[in-house]
Amino acid sequence: MKLPIYMDYNATTPVDPRVLEAMMPYFTQDFGNAASRNHEFGWTAEDAVEKAREQVGAAIGASSKEIIWTSGATESNNIAIKGVANMYREKGNHIITDVIEHKAVIDPAKYLEQNGFRVTFLPVDKHGMVHPEQVREAMTDETILVSIMHGNNEVGTINPIGEIGKLCKEKDVIFHVDACQTFAKQPIDVETMGIDLLSCSGHKIYGPKGVGALYVRRKRPRVRCEPVIHGGGHERGMRSGTLNVPGIVGMGKAAELCVQSQAEEIARVTRLRDRLKDGLFNRLPEIYLNGHPTERIPNNLNVSFLYVEGESLMMGFSDIAVSSGSACTSASLEPSYVLKALGLGDDLAHSSIRFSIGRFTTQEEIDYAVERVCAAVEKLREMSPLYEMAQEGIDLSKVQWAAH
Amino acid sequence: MAYSSKVVDHYEHPRNVGSLDKNDVNVGTGIVGAPECGDVMKLQIKCDAAGRIVDAKFKTFGCGSAIASSSLATEWVKGKTVDEALQIKNTEIVKELSLPPVKIHCSVLAEDAIRAAIEDYRSKQSRLAGAETAAAGSR
Ligand SMILES: Cc1ncc(COP(=O)(O)O)c(C=O)c1O
Repeated sequence: MKLPIYMDYNATTPVDPRVLEAMMPYFTQDFGNAASRNHEFGWTAEDAVEKAREQVGAAIGASSKEIIWTSGATESNNIAIKGVANMYREKGNHIITDVIEHKAVIDPAKYLEQNGFRVTFLPVDKHGMVHPEQVREAMTDETILVSIMHGNNEVGTINPIGEIGKLCKEKDVIFHVDACQTFAKQPIDVETMGIDLLSCSGHKIYGPKGVGALYVRRKRPRVRCEPVIHGGGHERGMRSGTLNVPGIVGMGKAAELCVQSQAEEIARVTRLRDRLKDGLFNRLPEIYLNGHPTERIPNNLNVSFLYVEGESLMMGFSDIAVSSGSACTSASLEPSYVLKALGLGDDLAHSSIRFSIGRFTTQEEIDYAVERVCAAVEKLREMSPLYEMAQEGIDLSKVQWAAH
Repeated sequence: MAYSSKVVDHYEHPRNVGSLDKNDVNVGTGIVGAPECGDVMKLQIKCDAAGRIVDAKFKTFGCGSAIASSSLATEWVKGKTVDEALQIKNTEIVKELSLPPVKIHCSVLAEDAIRAAIEDYRSKQSRLAGAETAAAGSR
């Protein structure tokens, strides 16, 4: 087993060697511009891009014509949200999303709010789920767009996308899904799920960073987005700029590989994730699972370890790469807005760790992590005044803290 | 952001972790911070009859820098009189541990914890002195 161990697959993934291999020729040999219509170099590049479009479309039951290349899911979300808002502003000015979306959805929505749109940020339940009834109740005659994520990147909860999609179809409202964490890794069908726009990214699926895609429905209904980036009218006018051919080839290959092993990989990763969960929960008292107990992406485990602070805990197993909702690890000095939206107190939010595993995680690594994490929690609890007070029977919520 | 080697050393080998008897009149206890803010420090001192700190213990809920700051504080107060200990400045902790700007609040909290512990010790001592005077008067 090689150290350090990577358990932060929700943040990004390594490029699969097979993906890199597929990309290589397009840097030096087949380096043409896919928009060059008059020579071999351009045609080769264009063929490669079209093949990748099919590979990405196939992962979600879409036609290749409905795939727009972008620089990543952040850009895809921006085109979907701002693009639809600007295109359909005559029809209405109301947008529905929720409070635990990725910032790449929240920030464009807030931007629109400052520019004359009305945005409803739906609350989530204690497991981080949005319910279709909430969406139904929030809809008005002015609603033009609903944007709800598939799998949450922090707590892993999977939303009932199919039901929300059905509702949007009934009400003739455009439905966007940020599927960054589930694309190609979970079964998705844009037809049966009623999805009109879907964002995804290369680097979450063992492809390269800096490439992503946006699915834009072409029939029933034909959805249009105003571009965010102007300049030449590439990608059906929705996203100008010379295409990142090697990146696109890599994303296509990555999507294909994920789809090929999807069912086995879900089973394997679920088993490893549950082994990690059971290992921690069987040994440590007073730890809590964040996110939905069953409706969650298989590779994510988010746990709050009461009485210990997340950043210090991460220091205790510095040879395992994870992330934390603790304020100390973020630039804002605020604990995770996602965990707070689930109703966690700041103390539990400060105590959270997100483990996320993937294709290259082994059982040996899981067992090592269980051992290291438990030892660190036990050591830090011995050092924790909160643990000591709780052992003495003091109700921590009733203490008058000398806050600073 | 990487931690300084001194922070790592205090984190891995914290000095003086533990608790002193908070009901002992020669022990002063300071608890500062709040769980919602992500850090709580408990620092305790024990003094001899001359008011010199002979022992110090801490427990901290907080990031590595908070743990290191309180560990260092217990090291520094030991052997000092309470008046000398009150002279310890958070900036000295920052310097010793090479804390980055975002972690300065950890050193401030450690300074506050020293002060709170001394305050508690002094108020216990003056209550004791008051009780003794009262006892002497009634005699
Ligand atoms: C749910 C979700 N949306 C959007 C993004 C942003 O994706 P990208 O890094 O491709 O811009 C991420 C990844 O950080 C994510 O997890």
